[in-house]
Amino acid sequence: MITRRDFFAAVGGGIVVLIAEDDLLAQETGGRLRGRNTMPEEVSAWLHVGEDGAVTAYTGKVEVGQNARTSLTQAVAEELRAPVDAITMVMGDTALTPFDQGTVGSQTTPRMWPQMRRAAAEAREMLLDLAAKKWNADRAALHIAGGRVTAGARSAGFGELTRGEKLTRTIPASVALTAAVEWKVAGTSVPKVNGRAIVTGAHKYAYDVTRPGMLWAKVLYPPQFGASLKSLDAAAAEAMAGVKVMHDGDFVAVAAPAPDLAERALAALRAEWNPAPAETDSRNVYDYFKRNARDAAANPALVPYHIAYIAHVPLEPRAAVAEWQDGKLTVWTGTQRPFGVRDELAALFGIGGEDVHVIMPDTGSGYGGKHQGDAAVEAARVAKALGKPVKRNWTRQEEMTWAYFRPGGLIEVAGKTAPDGTVTEWEFHNYNSGPSALASPYAIASRKEQFHAVRSPLRQGSYRGLAATANHFVRESYMDELAQSIAMDPLEFRLRNAKEERLRAVILAASDKFGWKGRRKTANHGFGIAAGFEKGSYVATCAEVSVEPASGATKVLRAVIAFECGAIVNPEHLRNQVEGAVAQGIGGALFEQIEFAGGKITNNRLARYRVPRFADMPAIESVLLDRKDIVSIGAGETPIVGIAPAIGNAIFDATGKRIRRMPLQA
Amino acid sequence: MGRVTELHVNGSMRRIDADPDRTLLSVLRDDLDLTGTKFGCGEGQCAACTVLVDGVATRSCLTRVGTVAGKRILTIEGLAGAGGLHPVQQAFLDQDAMQCGYCTPGMILGAVSLLGRNPHPSDAEIATGMNGHICRCGTYPRVAAAIREAAQKGGRG
Repeated sequence: MITRRDFFAAVGGGIVVLIAEDDLLAQETGGRLRGRNTMPEEVSAWLHVGEDGAVTAYTGKVEVGQNARTSLTQAVAEELRAPVDAITMVMGDTALTPFDQGTVGSQTTPRMWPQMRRAAAEAREMLLDLAAKKWNADRAALHIAGGRVTAGARSAGFGELTRGEKLTRTIPASVALTAAVEWKVAGTSVPKVNGRAIVTGAHKYAYDVTRPGMLWAKVLYPPQFGASLKSLDAAAAEAMAGVKVMHDGDFVAVAAPAPDLAERALAALRAEWNPAPAETDSRNVYDYFKRNARDAAANPALVPYHIAYIAHVPLEPRAAVAEWQDGKLTVWTGTQRPFGVRDELAALFGIGGEDVHVIMPDTGSGYGGKHQGDAAVEAARVAKALGKPVKRNWTRQEEMTWAYFRPGGLIEVAGKTAPDGTVTEWEFHNYNSGPSALASPYAIASRKEQFHAVRSPLRQGSYRGLAATANHFVRESYMDELAQSIAMDPLEFRLRNAKEERLRAVILAASDKFGWKGRRKTANHGFGIAAGFEKGSYVATCAEVSVEPASGATKVLRAVIAFECGAIVNPEHLRNQVEGAVAQGIGGALFEQIEFAGGKITNNRLARYRVPRFADMPAIESVLLDRKDIVSIGAGETPIVGIAPAIGNAIFDATGKRIRRMPLQA
Repeated sequence: MGRVTELHVNGSMRRIDADPDRTLLSVLRDDLDLTGTKFGCGEGQCAACTVLVDGVATRSCLTRVGTVAGKRILTIEGLAGAGGLHPVQQAFLDQDAMQCGYCTPGMILGAVSLLGRNPHPSDAEIATGMNGHICRCGTYPRVAAAIREAAQKGGRG
């Protein structure tokens, strides 16, 4: 565990900039977690320029496919005036990087990105100070660009300036940053910095990590949620050469030097379980939500919409390798919250956070699904019991059963519109799915919007965009219902009620690009539009679908998305993110739903759980609105919220049938 | 069938000692440390585990190693030549055809196989030919663009 004092001992000489936590971050942690933090408390990022000129930036944020590694590198390159390939980003390593709450809620760009820029801007000033001193030159005459400082005929690389130095500076968060209109590296399409390691297969994901002498572990899970272990006969497994069995309460695991042997050992376990009654199933869960909400709404005009539970299905399932040495634990795992996993492990084993080292290799996606340390906990328990490094790679079926799901929900909505299209009353109740983006972005005089917590029958948690997807689906579907009730065009109806300039801008941009006004209806084809706002960014989506009359099978033919998240950090990566969100959102819109009954997930395989594929792809076009006058906002989540209601509204346009559930299956 | 003791991988003969019923995926990853071949589902649904067997895209999670002894296996680690990246790898970089990258090795080998049997696929043929591959980040249109780029440049490699 590195402290400020011994930082140089670890990284060598040079200059270091520590970035003070800003007030917002301090509020976010509430002081509660900071108490357990062994890092200098005020630090949220740091940056080192070594004596060889190498630039290394350290952040607790992680790379899960959203290209934070690239965007943060751009932040450093921009302010330090250094080439992108001279910069290394160390991410999500609890021994090397400052504490971080987690890579969640699209916060990397609005929070960490400016901090990286501040660190680099301060390092730039330090380098200029060093050059001015070294050359006895007028500081104002110095020029810094391309990783070099020059003054007239004199020129030096960063390493020549930092050699022999051991300078540390902690700076307030208020250091001046380069204005977006002046950006040279930020705001450009820098390619993915580790793209070559991806296309050559060289990058090691957590699933790929091995340690010498490692055992492979498998865990015996109950046949249904909540069942408890009645008896265990492990004799056959224990008799297998090389196999070890661990049994601690309801936790039973086997470990073996080879994965197939561990699998056979698991199959050889004989267990009896005490069953647990299941409270509901995927058919009846919507009634269950209403029945179990304490303050359920009573307005008979409310129209119900159903939102299914769905799975994240990150292509890399949860994985961890755990190794104990002298009472200290090292874990390699794919997680969006390495420090959260560290704390989870420290609490479980009753050791200090400084005795747990969590390393997060860039992971095979998360979408909000990798917040917990499930695989890490299992690996660490078995490793501790057996005294050897242990690898625990979840299977797809385990991933789709024992991880957590995007919450299902019941959403009820009612509203009234004046003949001119002004929405005059709005009532909206979300049961269980979540409060994100609960508030309508439209100007409505009389509104009641309420979230009702219910104890979920399934383990549930974050998912890209949280409940903003469900709430936008229902809100934007019902906006169409209201527009239809007065025979008003859905675009005109939205513009009538959208007063915010940024919201209107994305609606107009999407509908223009789509050609909304010139659209021509043909048989079994329909057009839909939806708009919204969440986490500081604005989105509007238009969709064209065809619906097969007999089966109701829907094909999305074309989708246009307009998105605005302030000053754009990396246009190509933003486009990738925005268009990818549309592609992923088609799954939740049309096919994805977790089925469960009797305390079991009944479709926990990809053969039974359909996700979007090549043939499901529409032509996807995006319009990115670059607002250089507005601070950069995260973009990993909000672009997903518009596609489902746009498709639902297009289905209605094609068929005259309103489908009030997600996925949109009649 | 006896144990498999040799496997022709990426142009060289590798010594192994494997039960013939084990999956090719496990032997590549766990015995030869060729972890560029990914586990995604274990049920042949996602194609993250795609390798080329005698030039044909094959799901290694469903392939018993005993059935490929003596055949030429190419994994992502063996695709780039001495001269640098394979044109399909380069096209994936050019088109930014990835986010988390976990599906990418399988996608690339699937694309190489597709271009091997159809050097100039139409958009519909790309969608059909690649439909077994899952990308959860939703980069399909970019993957299709990368395949078109590689095809234009004669990317059979």
